[in-house]
Amino acid sequence: MAAPVNSVVNSSAKCSSFNATSFQKKTRSRLISIPGTRPSVQNGQLLVSTGVTSLDYLLGGGLAVGTVLLIEEDRYDSYSRMILKYFLAEGVVCRHELFVASAQHTPDDILQELPSPILDDVAIHKPVEQPRLSHEPQDSLDAMKIAWRYQNLPKVQTALASSSRFGHYYDVSKMMEAEIREAAKCHRFYLPEHPTQSSPTHSPMLESYSALLKSLRDVIQREGFEVTAPMSKSRNILRIGLHSLGSTLWGDDLCCHDNPRHGHALTTFLYGLRALLRSSLSVAVVTVPSHLIQNRALMGRITRLCDNAIALESFKGSEREANPLYKDYHGLLHVRQVPHLNCLASQLPDHKDLAFKLKRKQFSIEPHFYSTDVFFLTSHMSFTLKQVLV
Amino acid sequence: MFTELNSILNTSPDSFTQGDFILVSGRQSDASFLIHHFLSFYLRARCKVCFLGLVQSFSHYSAVCQRLGVSLAQAKEKRQLVFLEGLQEGLSVFIPQDDTTGNKALSFLRDPMVGLQNLYEFVRSSVSSPGGGEEGSDGSEQWGPPVLLVDDLSVLLSLGVSARAVLDFSHYCRASLCSQLQGNVVMLLHCEEEEEEDDGDDEGSERLLKGLIHQCCLALHVQGLPTGYCRDIHGQVEVCWRRRQGDGQHTQNKVFQYKVHDKGASFFARGTSSAVL
Repeated sequence: MAAPVNSVVNSSAKCSSFNATSFQKKTRSRLISIPGTRPSVQNGQLLVSTGVTSLDYLLGGGLAVGTVLLIEEDRYDSYSRMILKYFLAEGVVCRHELFVASAQHTPDDILQELPSPILDDVAIHKPVEQPRLSHEPQDSLDAMKIAWRYQNLPKVQTALASSSRFGHYYDVSKMMEAEIREAAKCHRFYLPEHPTQSSPTHSPMLESYSALLKSLRDVIQREGFEVTAPMSKSRNILRIGLHSLGSTLWGDDLCCHDNPRHGHALTTFLYGLRALLRSSLSVAVVTVPSHLIQNRALMGRITRLCDNAIALESFKGSEREANPLYKDYHGLLHVRQVPHLNCLASQLPDHKDLAFKLKRKQFSIEPHFYSTDVFFLTSHMSFTLKQVLV
Repeated sequence: MFTELNSILNTSPDSFTQGDFILVSGRQSDASFLIHHFLSFYLRARCKVCFLGLVQSFSHYSAVCQRLGVSLAQAKEKRQLVFLEGLQEGLSVFIPQDDTTGNKALSFLRDPMVGLQNLYEFVRSSVSSPGGGEEGSDGSEQWGPPVLLVDDLSVLLSLGVSARAVLDFSHYCRASLCSQLQGNVVMLLHCEEEEEEDDGDDEGSERLLKGLIHQCCLALHVQGLPTGYCRDIHGQVEVCWRRRQGDGQHTQNKVFQYKVHDKGASFFARGTSSAVL
C-alpha cells in the first residue's frame, strides 16, 4: 500500500511501533508533502503520477507508493518502453530519485531517450541568470508602465509551483535536455556489469535477480528511503524502472520453454520486490515480455504478485492495422489487475475495452467503441449484396 | 465479519462447529475478502488465532479489520493473535544481514525443497501457548480453541514449494489443530484458469486444489460471473458442505452471488441483486 501522507511526521514513539511498513492509518498529525505526490481521494494513500495522465486515471488517480506496476510488453517493446520513459521523465521533473535496471540496453541509453517536458510551468534550475541584452539599459527592460505594483515581485517561478502540479505532459518528438536530466539523481543497474558468482544456493531466485534485489536494498538503505529512516532528512520517492524482466538476457528461461527450469525465479524476485517496496517510499514499474511466455498459469502468478497490471497490444504488423475499426488508435490496452490495498473492494475501471494512441504531446487511453459509421456501412453492404444475388 | 455469510453458513461467533477445515478458493477472482471475514469472525469469537499473512503487510490486514470492527493491534498485544508477516520476515531471509539467518519458519524461502516443516513447527508452537505455566493472577486471558488462517497457499507455490509439500503441511495442520486441539483451520488458495493439458509434475494449483477439497469439510469457491464483468455483482460463491454423517459423506451445494463494499460484502441468491430488483 502507499504511504499515507502524514506517516512521515509521526513521532518517534509511533515509528517504533510494530508496523514498520509504509502503510499506516491516517492520523491527525500535520501533513507533509513530498513533491510530486498527492493523497488519494478514495483512501488516503500516497500517489505518484506515472507520467501519463490517462493511465493515472485508470489506476485510480495515480500509482500508490509502495506498489508495483506490471506492464506486459507489446510485441516490439515500443509502447511499453515509452511508458517506462514517461515514468522516469516524470520522476526527473518531480525531482524524485531514479533507479533504472536493464539487461539489454545500458540504463544511460534509456535515460537519454526521455521525452522532453512541455515547459509551461515547470521550473528548471538554471544556476546562471538569464543573460540580459547588453545594449539595452536594464531599467527600461524591467520598468513596468501599467502594472507597476508588481514591479518588485520575483520573475522566476519558484520550485513550489512545479511540485503543486500532479502529472505533466511531454513532447515525444524532442529529447529531454541534458541539464534537466542530470539534475536528477539516478542509480543504474546494468546486468553485464555485475558478473554473477555462482554460489551454491538452493534458492529458486537466479543470481541476476538476487544481485538486482541486493542492489535495490542497498540503495534504499543508503539513501534513506525506508519508512523507518530517521526523520531529519527531507523525504523523497525512489522510482524504480526494471526493463524486460523475465527475458533470456536476465538468464531466465521463462520465454524459451513451456515448463521452464527456473519457473520460480521471477516470482520469487517479485515477492522480494514487494517486500522491499512495502517497507520503503518507492514505487516500481516492471515490464515483462509476456507475449513470449507460453505458460498462462505462470503469467497469472506473475500478475498476482504485482499490484497493478496492464497489458499492451499494439496493432503494428498485425492484420488489425488495416481494420477501419481501429484506424484512430495504435493499440489496445487491457487492465489485468487493480489493487485493493487497505480496503476490501477495488476500483475497477468503468470500461473494459480500452485503446491507446500515442500522439506527439500526449499518450491517450480511451474507451474504444465501435464507430457507428463503420457499423452502418458494413450492414448496408451486406444488404445490397443480398439484393444482387437474389 | 459479514452477517449474511454467517447466516448462510449457519454460524455465529457464539456458536460455531469446532474441528473444521475450511477451504476458500478463487478461480480468476480475488477471494481474499473472505479471509478478512474469517479473521474478524474468529477474533470476535475469542479464539486464539494464528495468522500467516504471506501476501500483504500487517497494516493492510489491520486497516481492513478496523473497518470490520476488530483491532488487530490490540489482539496482538493481548496475545490473542500471533501474526507472521511473510513479506517483512522473508526479506531478511532473501538478503541476510549481519549473519542473522532470519525467521526459521520461513526457511523454505532459502531452499524450497526442504518443505514446510519449520512453518508447521511455528504454527504448532504458537497455538499451544504456555498457558499452563503462568498463574491466572497476572491477567492473562484464556482464549478459546486455536484457529489457523493462511493467506494464501498459492504464493507458496509461486515461491517454489511443491504441491505435495503444501498438501503435507495442510494435513499436519489439520491433524494437530482440528483433531487434537479441536480448533479450526481456514486456508485460501487461488487457482489460475483451467489448463487443458496436465503439467506432468506435481507443480500446479489444480492438484493442490483437488487434494485440499478432499481434506476439507467446508469449501467456498469464488468465481467470476459466467456472463462476464458486472459492476453491481462482483461474482458468485459456491458453498459446499461435506458433512460427515454416520452413514457416509453427505455433500450439499449452494450458489450465491456477492458484492464487496467498503465495509463488508453482501450475499444474495442468484438474480436477486439489488441492482436488478
